[in-house]
Amino acid sequence: MAANVVAVTALPHGKSSSATSIASLKSQPIRLRRGMAILAAFALPAILGGCQLPTFGGFRGSTTQGHDEFLLWAWTFIAAIVVGAIVGLLILWSVFRYRRRSDEMPRQFQYHFGLEMAYTIIPIIIVGVLFYYTVIVENQVDAVSTNPAVNVTVTAFQWGWEFDYPSSHIEVRGVTTENPTMVVPAGEAVTITLVSSDVIHGFYVPAFNFSRYAQPGITNTFDLNVEHSGIYKGQCTQFCGLYHSLMLFQVQAVTPTQFSSWVQSEQQHPIVQNSPASESAGSTTMTASTPSPSSNATVPTASSSPSAYSIAPTPSSTAANAPTSTKAAA
Amino acid sequence: MTLLAELPDVDHAPLDHDDHGHHKEPTWILKWLTSTDHKMIGLNYMITAMVIFFLSGAMALLLRVQLTTPNGAFLSYQQFNELFTMHGSLMLYLFAGPFAFGGLANYIVPLQVGAPDMAFPRLNALSFWLYLTGSITMLLGFITAGGAASFGWVAYAPLSGVTSSPGAGADLWILALLLTGFSAIFTGVNLVTTIFYLRAPGMTMFRMPIFTWNMLVTAILILIAFPVLTAALIMLYADRHFGTHIYSVQGGGVPLLYQNLFWFFGHPEVYILALPFFGIVTEVIPVMSRKPLFGYKGMVFATLSIAALSTGVWAHHMFTTGAVLLPFFSLMSYLIAVPTGIKFFNWIGSMWRGQITFNTPMLFCIGFLIAFLMGGLTGVMLASPPIDFATHDTYFVVAHFHQVLFGTTVFAGFAGLYYWYPKMFGRHLREGLGKWHFWLMFIGFWLTYMPQYLLGLRGMPRRIAVYPGDPGWQGLNQASTVGAFIIALSFCFLLYNLWISWKRPLPAGDNPWDGHTLEWFTTSPPSHHNFTHLPRIRSERPVWDYNHPDHVTIEHAAAGHTHSHGSADAGGVPE
Repeated sequence: MAANVVAVTALPHGKSSSATSIASLKSQPIRLRRGMAILAAFALPAILGGCQLPTFGGFRGSTTQGHDEFLLWAWTFIAAIVVGAIVGLLILWSVFRYRRRSDEMPRQFQYHFGLEMAYTIIPIIIVGVLFYYTVIVENQVDAVSTNPAVNVTVTAFQWGWEFDYPSSHIEVRGVTTENPTMVVPAGEAVTITLVSSDVIHGFYVPAFNFSRYAQPGITNTFDLNVEHSGIYKGQCTQFCGLYHSLMLFQVQAVTPTQFSSWVQSEQQHPIVQNSPASESAGSTTMTASTPSPSSNATVPTASSSPSAYSIAPTPSSTAANAPTSTKAAA
Repeated sequence: MTLLAELPDVDHAPLDHDDHGHHKEPTWILKWLTSTDHKMIGLNYMITAMVIFFLSGAMALLLRVQLTTPNGAFLSYQQFNELFTMHGSLMLYLFAGPFAFGGLANYIVPLQVGAPDMAFPRLNALSFWLYLTGSITMLLGFITAGGAASFGWVAYAPLSGVTSSPGAGADLWILALLLTGFSAIFTGVNLVTTIFYLRAPGMTMFRMPIFTWNMLVTAILILIAFPVLTAALIMLYADRHFGTHIYSVQGGGVPLLYQNLFWFFGHPEVYILALPFFGIVTEVIPVMSRKPLFGYKGMVFATLSIAALSTGVWAHHMFTTGAVLLPFFSLMSYLIAVPTGIKFFNWIGSMWRGQITFNTPMLFCIGFLIAFLMGGLTGVMLASPPIDFATHDTYFVVAHFHQVLFGTTVFAGFAGLYYWYPKMFGRHLREGLGKWHFWLMFIGFWLTYMPQYLLGLRGMPRRIAVYPGDPGWQGLNQASTVGAFIIALSFCFLLYNLWISWKRPLPAGDNPWDGHTLEWFTTSPPSHHNFTHLPRIRSERPVWDYNHPDHVTIEHAAAGHTHSHGSADAGGVPE
């Protein structure tokens, strides 16, 4: 419980960041006291609500980054409820209380300096607090590990995904008819390098509370620390042309042991399926095998692509059968 | 306080050269084609914008039908992509903006400042014809071989490049926006000039009606934002057809530049769409509460600061690009909540201790307040980059901007329509039908968009034509579709209301709401050059002061004589 309170208030994640924040607090007693005050203000509801903040419709976040985002989301939502309730009640009160009852002329007042200053300054303070926590969480979410367990290069293209594991020379590639799976070890830092080979795409895993554009000419790098084993669905969110709706993928988190055995089996038994990637064996250049927009007619049509949804949502204990299309380029 | 009543009316001899009988007035189609009268042009704008609105709404219904079931087969992928692109483009470029700054502002602003017409009547006519031509140009995309544009209303490069979008529909889309962009720029020039130079004697800047203030700020934003869009689109066109590589990586260009330019237009555009409608609400609420606007000057500064901040928040649409300075744009976006909050409290303050009449315009204003409160709160959430990472490009964002834009352009827009309709046509719309329209639309609005928030939080991306059956999105989508059809049904009441008011008019008189501003001083509809005489302008509500000399604003009464002296020449003098 104590760990949860710290996570809620100071919103650190990972050992290194909490260690540094505590160290910096100790070196500055004034900041410590202020930090404690903020902590106390936020700790009380956190203790009352326990570790189980309501989700408010969102995901709790299956990565450490996503969980940090969730806490910010939940507290922002609570703030929004409070502000919304106050303003909403004021509106409703005015509407019902001051509806026209007589022909008496109301007092023609127009200004109240103190009141106007109050409703200017109080919102500034509120957004200041929100901004403070936003910056903390945003730095946590965007932090990239210097020593990740696995590096994965994700290449988005019209209309599919390729997941490359540069250190083990594994490529996983899937298009609209076969959604690819990115296998990652749970509980460890995975650094994703995200690029696009044609237009802008959006790498989005709802359960991770995270999305990032894959853009031509820009390389984005971010970390995912998936906390538990399981299959997490993802989808392109940035509209990218005709078959944008079918650009699905999944992330499968497995234990580190299962992950290494998956890597070994992929390297020993390359599975080459009938996918565009197989035409360019040994090459990671995507443009050659990407269906060009002029050849839209050869891509499956709406009626013939229900197979895009035949993903088994149940987590699989063995990792080797998960990828739809893999090959070892070693 | 008898002071105001005793003062003689200001004589405006040059304004009312009533020469109708001296030459042949063009009639009917010729009158419509050749008119430079701001009222005629304003009506042309509003009618065209309404047609666009219904077309675009019909497209939204088709989209909703497609999304009722997972893997829906009602529309093909291409049709779906074209329809959501055109739905957004029509609503944002061709309905919301032109309805406000082309239609209502054109009609109302010269009346509110006591001017006979806009500053440049012929430029005004050119604006309308460019707008009409542009609208038709965009719609023509549907009859080209490749179909209409299908890259979303934002047309991100490189998807909007010639490789990914080779069709003529895309070119027509770009050309349409160039035409309507120039139309908007001309209207902006016209409004700024009219407001600065054609105000009636005595109307200082701080005696301008708040709607006129909002239109001034909107017009300035138009002049800041639209040239950037026009430039971005010209470069896009050059990339497509003249072999340049401004947005293509292969040629050494930068696709991200398009997003930066687009949103530098796009976010001020959001306020170009919103501010006129804020102006309507700010005009209607005090009138229906029989009180002055609470915190008038604070409201003006809030509007100005929203406009200023809106030019510094564009990259909050690009948080997930990983290529923008997150804290800066996050802070700027958060700060917009402050002036918006001021507006809320000023609206509440204007109702406080008033005598509120709940007629249709006021109902629509209340509907706006509640809708915009919801949309505004979720907007504050989205100002946080981590929360945006989780919800970007999902239905959460779709629900947010629909609540904001539907809340402003439709709720407040119809408040304006019901409010000024008697002025435009000298007849009332039916109250009963108006209330049916309001309540159905209000229910439909919440039923349509609240499920979309949940859909977004559960991970449903926007702009997808089909979705898997397993994440449990179907029920929420169905609720949303039902809501959309209820909204559509509510507009039947509006159309019937317009029709019946035409068939069996209920005369409205010149000032049915006990209005505050100069448009209520003239006849309904106003004569050719609007005014034969004007009241003394000693506050921002001259007609109220004229009609209720014993109930002028407390602060104004306290200021007494000192306020009145020497201010007649402070305002602009009409030509």
